[in-house]
Amino acid sequence: MSDLARHRGTAAAAALIVLIALVPLYLEGFWLQTGLFVMAAIVGAIGLTLLVGRAGQLSLGHAFFVAVGAYGYCYLAGDPAAGAEGDPAGLGLTPFLAAIGAVALAGGAGALFSPIAGRVRGIYLGLASLGLVFLGQHILFNAAGVTGGFEGRDAAPFALFGFTFSNTDPDDFAVMGVPFGMLERLWYLELAVVVLACWFARNLVASRPGRALATVRDSETAAAVMGIDVRRYRALAFVISSMYAGLAGVLMALAFGRIVPESFGLLLSIDYLVMIVIGGAGLVAGAVAGAIFVAALPLLLSHYSDALPLLAEPGSGGLGAAELSRLLYGAAIIAVLLFAPGGIGRLFRRAVRPDPTALVGPAPVTSTSKPSEAKEESKA
Amino acid sequence: MNQFLELVLSGLALGSIYSLIALGLVVVFKATRVVNFAHGSILLLGVYVIGRLQADLGFWLACAIGIVAAGAAALVVEVVLIRRLRGGDLGALAILTLGVDIVLLTELTRRLGTDVLPIGAPWGANVVDILGFRLPESRVIAAIVSAILLVGFAVAFRLSDWGVAMRAAAEDGATAGLMGIRLSRVGAGAWFLAGALATAAGVFLVSFPSAGIDASVGLVALAAIPAWVLGGFDSPLGAVIGGLVIGVVSVLTAGYQDEIAFLGRGLGDVAPWVVMLLVLLVRPSGLFGTRELTRV
Repeated sequence: MSDLARHRGTAAAAALIVLIALVPLYLEGFWLQTGLFVMAAIVGAIGLTLLVGRAGQLSLGHAFFVAVGAYGYCYLAGDPAAGAEGDPAGLGLTPFLAAIGAVALAGGAGALFSPIAGRVRGIYLGLASLGLVFLGQHILFNAAGVTGGFEGRDAAPFALFGFTFSNTDPDDFAVMGVPFGMLERLWYLELAVVVLACWFARNLVASRPGRALATVRDSETAAAVMGIDVRRYRALAFVISSMYAGLAGVLMALAFGRIVPESFGLLLSIDYLVMIVIGGAGLVAGAVAGAIFVAALPLLLSHYSDALPLLAEPGSGGLGAAELSRLLYGAAIIAVLLFAPGGIGRLFRRAVRPDPTALVGPAPVTSTSKPSEAKEESKA
Repeated sequence: MNQFLELVLSGLALGSIYSLIALGLVVVFKATRVVNFAHGSILLLGVYVIGRLQADLGFWLACAIGIVAAGAAALVVEVVLIRRLRGGDLGALAILTLGVDIVLLTELTRRLGTDVLPIGAPWGANVVDILGFRLPESRVIAAIVSAILLVGFAVAFRLSDWGVAMRAAAEDGATAGLMGIRLSRVGAGAWFLAGALATAAGVFLVSFPSAGIDASVGLVALAAIPAWVLGGFDSPLGAVIGGLVIGVVSVLTAGYQDEIAFLGRGLGDVAPWVVMLLVLLVRPSGLFGTRELTRV
């Protein structure tokens, strides 16, 4: 990439961030809430796209690690005295430490899985990690002392340097005449986390470990011959992706305020996979686009269900907003795989300029890309 | 001891149902190298058709129609979608079937709503005594039918032209194609067979002691995935043994859940996955799977 192009890219990103930062000044609660969910989804999707697109490993267990992060935060930040009242107890750490601890917990869970994650590859890992989701659900429902069982548990509001990300403390906090409640405050917190997550992921992709991972994906043998420890790098990719998932879990817990086991089932894992495939596996920008589509679609459809003639009330047997959005994204994933196997993100890239990351590879979804495709990309 | 043996027998019967479902996954994987996530929803489609038709047409005719319908649906998926990505990336194909699963499952769930359709099988909720063990009649018949179907499959797989063609296609698709084996026909046949087998298994899966056909059946059928992975992806024998193991494990953990209550309730549902994870720790390619070798 030339310097000029790089500067232009940075400028565009900066402009976008400023634009998003202005949103709470103009839009109402529903949009902020949607935005918060989307931003949490973006962080998780970036983690999965690193694993799937860069390391060529498939995971259907992403929801498990999101749950570890979400419940980890709630447990670490929870009130230690709550146990006496029958509520799930906590350790009472400061929220900032609790968030870091939750991410570390998710990473640790990923590391525990590494004997499988390092040895089983591609789609087979996808099937193996499916087991984690069911195991996770079982634990969430049964370890009621920590998770609150099927009722779930509340998330302590986040706080940093005495500033609380909730409706109180400081009370009546306003910026430019707009009262800043929980949603507005969380908006900036999550935006900052998303920017950092994107930045870290892009750097990782271009770094030495990122290139090593791409080599493992494209040819395990070649990677081993070059002195790359295949198992270790696969396990590393899994741990990093788990930590991203854990961070997404923390953001989800903060945005929801209360978390329940159903939010972390197989559907969430599938959602994440759909996000990155639609956007284009391996592309950070693709993960962002996919997350926006998948996370915002059901919320938008149900918000506008009155105005949309097709939609029926939930439970009336007609086509509801939730069903329509699932049908739409099921169809979207089929269409993307048939007509734009590299994902929407790559389609767009090709139209704008030749792919500058050809070095780190095209690979549509997992480990083995067809040689002919690889050749095409390197020519471009 | 008596209770233990009864649970084992009951587990083997349930396991034979899982074997049939897992066998469909193996057949599809061998013939077309596709990990088929839509298998559960195709099963649900088959039993849904039976449940809707059996009141008017009688159980047996409805059964035949349902089995053919599910087979045809699987065939359509293969011909219209999978074939276009033939030989493509394993992950892309798997996610494609996941897309099919989402669409199919959403639509069927919407149609079922909160209903629980009866399957209307003649064995109903009967319980039979065999050697002093009390077992649901549906499970006994399931074991017998599964055994017949599995043996029939094994014979066809070894001896028939179709079986030889399929094994050749699985061994080396390109060479098989050059030798005059129609890969497209082998693939389509495999998908049809998988859909039909799944529905045959589904009929027993929703019979007594299950409540009937509801939206969760697709999820219950997922328990065949650990059976399949346990057996090792491409081994029909592995699918059968994996199915039996998973059946016994899940019935035993459910049957003794009072004794192992410290592990939490609903252990029967999660036990298959735990067993799968444990086996994968020791043998990453399953019990009977072909280990992938890399030649440089």
